[in-house]
Amino acid sequence: MKVPVKITVALKEGILDPEARAIRHALADLGFPTEQLSSARLFYITVEASDEEAAVERGRQMAERLLANPVIHRFTVEVSR
Amino acid sequence: MRFAVIQFGGSNCDQDTHHALQDVCGVDTDLIWYKEGLRRKYDAIVIPGGFSYGDYLRAGAIAARTPIMQDILRHVRDGRLLLGICNGAQIGAESGFVPGTFTINAYPKFICRWVRIRVENAGTPFTSQYREGEVMRIPIAHKEGRYIATPADVAALNKNRQIAFRFCDETGDPSPQTNPNGSVEQITGVLNERKNVLLMMPHPERASEKILGSEDGKKVFLSIIDHMEGR
Repeated sequence: MKVPVKITVALKEGILDPEARAIRHALADLGFPTEQLSSARLFYITVEASDEEAAVERGRQMAERLLANPVIHRFTVEVSR
Repeated sequence: MRFAVIQFGGSNCDQDTHHALQDVCGVDTDLIWYKEGLRRKYDAIVIPGGFSYGDYLRAGAIAARTPIMQDILRHVRDGRLLLGICNGAQIGAESGFVPGTFTINAYPKFICRWVRIRVENAGTPFTSQYREGEVMRIPIAHKEGRYIATPADVAALNKNRQIAFRFCDETGDPSPQTNPNGSVEQITGVLNERKNVLLMMPHPERASEKILGSEDGKKVFLSIIDHMEGR
């Protein structure tokens, strides 16, 4: 079956995110001061798998092998509904 | 003795690196398009700077997963030398040759300027022609050059003398003020544990001739040649 999977890749807690910091400053300049702002990347992938669990496992392998760098990133994988 | 310079789509320091090796240092050097793979053994391989795959995903991430990297992994496992410069360093880190990674600069813009770096370990195949503590003037040109690793990895790098270069001032003081990109402990050249892989963000090929404004980087290549000749 084809399963739509959503993979979110974000920086680990405590890893400096210079882009998020720049965006936060720009938002503040526009009149939207914020306490905290972080960014993440979303990948929507249609995975061919026997069931949803297998599809999520396949998405996890994709994140581990390419989409995320374990030194700086954490990720979540879920079925995209 | 024969060297190889690997070309990916988006490499743009390949010709400069080839020139520095072949014409300036006088060592036979092949330019290898990544799809060809390695068809023979080389004494040393250089992955040059550039923007392989447009830096998509993360700088070096996609090139690190191309088939030629398996050939390069075998080359490294055989104990032969690999030098990654700038994008080549990013590719090498993404390939797991050293702990840690190179990521977006603390101030997230592209930095292109001359810096000074200090030789932290002159006892490696890449640095033997330098004195320990020698300061070189050399250019950097990157947006994703901030080296980071876990505190445990940084401690191990220090203990095993795997730090080749640190940013510093004219006098060789590696103070945080000299750090252009926010790298941990001002580190900008990292060795693997076996000391046959060096990944560095500064460009030695751009500092290999007087006419370029510095020839301080040339001794990286001369060290490699000396090491291979001595074997």
